[in-house]
Amino acid sequence: MTALTTTLGRAGGVNLLPLAVALIAFVLIGAPSSWVTLTVAGLAMGMMLFLMASGLSLVFGLMDVLNFGHSAFVSFGAFVSASVLAGLGGWLAADSWALNALALAASYLAAILFGLIAGWFFETVIIRPVYRDHLRQILITIGAMIVAEQTILAFWGGTPYSVGRPAFLEGSWIIGDVSIEIYRAFAFALGVAVFVMLYLVLNRTRIGLLIRAGVEDREMVEALGFRVDRLFIGVFMLGSALAALGGAMWAGYETLITPHMGADLMIVVFIVVIIGGLGSIEGTLLGALLVGLMSNYVGFLAPKLALASNMILMVAILLWRPNGLRPAVK
Amino acid sequence: MSLLSVRNMKTDIGQYAVLHDVSFEVPEGGVFVLLGRNGAGKTTTLRSIIGLWKPSPGSVTFRGEDITALHTADIARKGIAYVPENMGIFGTLTVDENLILATRNGRFDAARLARIHDLFPALAQFRDKQAWSLSGGQKQMLSIARAMIEPRELILIDEPTKGLAPSIVDAMADAFREIAQTTTILLVEQNFAFARALGRDMAVIDDGRVAHAGSMDDFAADTALQDRLLSLSV
Ligand SMILES: Nc1ncnc2c1ncn2[C@@H]1O[C@H](COP(=O)(O)OP(=O)(O)O)[C@@H](O)[C@H]1O
Ligand SMILES: [Mg+2]
Repeated sequence: MTALTTTLGRAGGVNLLPLAVALIAFVLIGAPSSWVTLTVAGLAMGMMLFLMASGLSLVFGLMDVLNFGHSAFVSFGAFVSASVLAGLGGWLAADSWALNALALAASYLAAILFGLIAGWFFETVIIRPVYRDHLRQILITIGAMIVAEQTILAFWGGTPYSVGRPAFLEGSWIIGDVSIEIYRAFAFALGVAVFVMLYLVLNRTRIGLLIRAGVEDREMVEALGFRVDRLFIGVFMLGSALAALGGAMWAGYETLITPHMGADLMIVVFIVVIIGGLGSIEGTLLGALLVGLMSNYVGFLAPKLALASNMILMVAILLWRPNGLRPAVK
Repeated sequence: MSLLSVRNMKTDIGQYAVLHDVSFEVPEGGVFVLLGRNGAGKTTTLRSIIGLWKPSPGSVTFRGEDITALHTADIARKGIAYVPENMGIFGTLTVDENLILATRNGRFDAARLARIHDLFPALAQFRDKQAWSLSGGQKQMLSIARAMIEPRELILIDEPTKGLAPSIVDAMADAFREIAQTTTILLVEQNFAFARALGRDMAVIDDGRVAHAGSMDDFAADTALQDRLLSLSV
């Protein structure tokens, strides 16, 4: 048993969990083509959840701030990018790959920019007065989330809003009897690219070093002469921008969005953060992939259990590792 | 003029009044020792100096400048380093990353690093190891090394010998003597032999107040006073 544990540990330990889930699902599902489709869907969903969850995890890790308003950035990101796509409908419909891609890039950039600015505003006006007071953080950020949802309702209306998609992301690749939706592969690849960038910033730069140290022990970083509160604004803005980008990508995935989409997703996002371990983006990625894969496999195998499966996953993991799979602090 | 003056400091933690009235003067150079029983308020005093608690009323003056209201980071940048009781090591960071964080601009001064590696060879041996895997003594050395990776004027050190083996305590005493040649040390200690060997001036805190201040030699000679202020059987 110990030998097995050591071998597993050397091979990657908890990082292998998504692989294990995928293998078990392969046996249970039986049909390889369905399995591939579900796996790609799960990986795409996982990477989008990662974008939405990573900021939340870092914000909690660094300043102990519980932000239930994080979902507002997801919803706004979705609606802002969808509106930009609608405005650039000409480019989107044009028979030019380049114009299509430009429209998509513009919509994502708009969401990111919105996230940065709104994140700055949110941190300065709403979060700062309630540092170190969890109860008031919960109340005020839930309040802010409701205000944000109502604002979206006022601007975009309550009927589901349809989201444009560039032609080159429509359709599927067919390989034998396996079909892979192109948008899902794209969402996965973009998510991986963002993860790699985030990983490099955290692990190869001085700012990243300060953030990782601050997540472990904020007071000590301050005693070494660094203003963690100023660093925190930057992290908060980045996290909000990533959530907005995640929302924008989710909008293209669902193609119909409603003002409460962020709030609907937030339960899953919190589960991702808790499973992964607070304050670590590697943990968040792991949690996001697990939840993404489980949701799709269970949705196929036992649709009635789809919602409960994430809760069960979370409880099982917390019983095994009370601080999540890869918490930032040792 | 003394390097650091603490005047009539009263510090509350939440609704608890922990320090009632703490005043003492740390002269420049050498080791100043703060003694006192468990729970007397020594750690709270150091945290109030570095700005992690805010005294009210009361003041902390460093080189004649009132630093009481400054942010902890800005106090640190005046040239004050802090080695906390729990050592404050970043466990997921490597030994070198812990050290480089303590530099202001992210670069090592080669001569200083070499001196630290001479004093604490384990820190050279385990440079790329994550710090959580170090032994307790090695962590304590890393925490002290962080305070000396660049010139500082004052180092606040909270019970560095707690739980360490005697041989390590001896090595630490040598290190402190060397540091004290260029930097003032404000040392909180329970190990009286260790404190006595290093300290020149001292104060005793008892129940949130300074109960005695003077020279270490006088205090060491007065066993009745030691019994009254430090013994557990009161
Ligand atoms: N975070 C805290 N919350 C409440 N009480 C505290 C806290 N820290 C210290 N105290 C109390 O303040 C008193 C002094 O503590 P401390 O300064 O740590 O003493 P010392 O370092 O001399 O052992 C103790 O009675 C302790 O229980
Ligand atoms: Mg103490």
